[in-house]
Amino acid sequence: MIKGGFKGNLLRVNLTTKEVKSEALNEEWAQKYLGGRGYGTRLLLEEIDPKVDPLSEENKVIFATGPLDGTLAPSSGRTMVITKGPLNGAIACSNAGGHFGPALKHAGYDMIVVEGKSAEPVYIWINKGKVEIRSAKEIWGKLADESDELIRGQTHPLAETMTIGPAGEKLSRISSVMFNGHRASGRTGVGAAVGSKNLKGIAVRGNEDTTVADPEAFMKAIYKARDILSKDAFAGQGAAMLGTAMLVNVINGVGAFPTHNAQDAYFPEANKISGETLREKNLIRNEGCAECPIACGRVTVVKSGPYKGSIGGGPEYESVWSFGAMCGVSDLDAVISANHLCDKYGIDTISMGSTVACAMELYEKGYMPKEDAPFELRFGSGEAMLKAVELACKQEGDFGKLLAQGSYRLAEHYGHPELSMSAKKQEFPAYDPRAIKGMGLEYATSNRGACHVRGYGTAVEVLGDADQYAYEGKAAIIKTLQDLTAALDSSGICLFTTFGLSANELAEMVSTATGFSIDAQEFMKIGERIWNIEKLFNLKAGFTRKDDTLPPRILSEPIKTGPSKGHVEDLGKMLDEYYQLRGWNKDSVPTDEKLKALEVQILK
Amino acid sequence: MKVLMLDQAKCTGCRACEYACSFEHTGKFNPLDSRIKVNEFWEDLTFVPSVCLQCERAYCEEVCPTSALTKNPETGVVELNKEKCIGCKQCIVACPWGSIKLDHTGKEVIKCDNCGGDPACIKVCYPGALSYEEVEDITNVKVQETATRLKEIAKDLVKGGA
Ligand code: SF4
Ligand code: SF4
Repeated sequence: MIKGGFKGNLLRVNLTTKEVKSEALNEEWAQKYLGGRGYGTRLLLEEIDPKVDPLSEENKVIFATGPLDGTLAPSSGRTMVITKGPLNGAIACSNAGGHFGPALKHAGYDMIVVEGKSAEPVYIWINKGKVEIRSAKEIWGKLADESDELIRGQTHPLAETMTIGPAGEKLSRISSVMFNGHRASGRTGVGAAVGSKNLKGIAVRGNEDTTVADPEAFMKAIYKARDILSKDAFAGQGAAMLGTAMLVNVINGVGAFPTHNAQDAYFPEANKISGETLREKNLIRNEGCAECPIACGRVTVVKSGPYKGSIGGGPEYESVWSFGAMCGVSDLDAVISANHLCDKYGIDTISMGSTVACAMELYEKGYMPKEDAPFELRFGSGEAMLKAVELACKQEGDFGKLLAQGSYRLAEHYGHPELSMSAKKQEFPAYDPRAIKGMGLEYATSNRGACHVRGYGTAVEVLGDADQYAYEGKAAIIKTLQDLTAALDSSGICLFTTFGLSANELAEMVSTATGFSIDAQEFMKIGERIWNIEKLFNLKAGFTRKDDTLPPRILSEPIKTGPSKGHVEDLGKMLDEYYQLRGWNKDSVPTDEKLKALEVQILK
Repeated sequence: MKVLMLDQAKCTGCRACEYACSFEHTGKFNPLDSRIKVNEFWEDLTFVPSVCLQCERAYCEEVCPTSALTKNPETGVVELNKEKCIGCKQCIVACPWGSIKLDHTGKEVIKCDNCGGDPACIKVCYPGALSYEEVEDITNVKVQETATRLKEIAKDLVKGGA
């Protein structure tokens, strides 16, 4: 019996047959994997062959909430999009904030499983338990935020929406899914998975309560958590004041800020694109996701230049870096414009900026015919960066189409895949692994491809006490953080809460909400279980140990300038130790004993 | 006397206030049962919280046929006596601000009661968009803010004159 937290229902929508049905949640899975990322992955593993083409009708897309969505738990507005990832074919799970998740709960569902493929563009309208599949013919082709407005116009002004932009429609492998028109599930190309089903969006509105198992204990736990967060230096103060871009000066200051397609890791002009400058020049207000006391979200405007008046959410730290330092660009207005553009077209800002940077290097080194790019693609030019982003967003010409497939496919096309700063074909974000050793291990072992939110070692290695250059102990730190974030991602709240909250507080919130007896140890075990089934998915999809690696540049080219000058990353030192700690064999395959200990009864 | 004040410029649109309010009054989470409502304008990414203003001349009170609504002269709160309420919804029609509403079942009239002097919404509003303060203090803050702006203008004026 579901006592609280969960609604206990899953909505299944088949776009081929137009069949819609509500199903009871599998309680055993809810206990073992919670909601969101954990439950979604378990379901996908059960229902699709990990070998299917991610853009085929056989793939499924799951929109999943966790037991804390729709409650007053801090930062509890996350929605997870789980699917086989179009960017690399690995297990993909990309999440966003906003208000969609809680609305889905109020409409009576914990998750939506979208199957099949519609012959015509459609959107789904879920209104108080009633579900309609409606034509989206007139909305197809529209920008993500325009689509949000149009769909709300056709349904309810207070509906919460998921929409894709033209990038997802045109199956860009770095396209995102947008919530409330401006909150992105950016990574792994989930937009293309949605687009491949001819699904333009989902609108949700409900009137049901969400309840928790033990209201009194729950409220005590969440007030405690909110209090801790508000006092935390990063979550409560820094991020509220400067947004995540507060990290620009911090990370550049320790020489870990990849620049010029990671040819270096120090950007002398960082201050021009810092959170401080952003606040002074472009910030209109802070924005918070559902129930968030941190409100790291920025609403910004470009005040001059060709993109004058461009208003939107962000940019986040990662986007400031990808369009800024990674492309050698110090023009903050250009960076912000690129970010707004990507949100409108529904394309991942991290992958996009890094892809442009890769193109710049290919261009400057003469590895691509200069006439392929319709303009001079030089590092440092904000104008060139923006033009390239626009080409990719609109998929104009062969070059635009190529850029929209991410840096790996671009660099491979020109015969230099080593110039793609990616792991498992996904571009890594704004922390140079040569300067923050554990981050390298995190990127290499991340199940969805290079990523900073499958652990966030930086929190310990730069913002915490660990030595950023040390290898010792990093495997254990990364494993612990990976397990912690896997469980957290399955509970429905934001990763940033871990700046202040430990597994104790998280477990307390989840157990009082659900009524399951989950202490900190069990919470970590749930996370480890999830990590292992993600790995099983990838093994079945054909990934092996050799995919757990980094670009050769990171492993062999020393950083040229700045505080981390001379460093390279040595994965080998950490990788074997990591597999051992995980209870996996040398080929990165979980052992039977490990799976048994985790109570994972799945065939390998 | 204390009043609930709103500062739209500080609101981040998180809606924590709605959840705190709903829980305070029903023990459950349902924004439709919240007495405070955060209005979103996504096109401008602007958020405007609204709540009962406890009007001095309260139309809801005037129109109520059973005197279920009465202004408490001591606290300033327009109080709703559930026992007397017959659910005719005249108060909802009369309120110029939409501050009296129906709960999610559509059967019960609900309105802000300042939580009897300890508003739940305030406690979760970290950006300080909501506050509960003595009238005199609020007035002073607003006057000060205006004066600060005028001071800048005044400084410029002096420069211009010199
Ligand atoms: S809690 Fe405060 S910031 Fe959040 S929506 Fe309510 S008024 Fe706005
Ligand atoms: S004072 Fe109480 S009733 Fe009024 S809005 Fe706040 S929580 Fe709700």
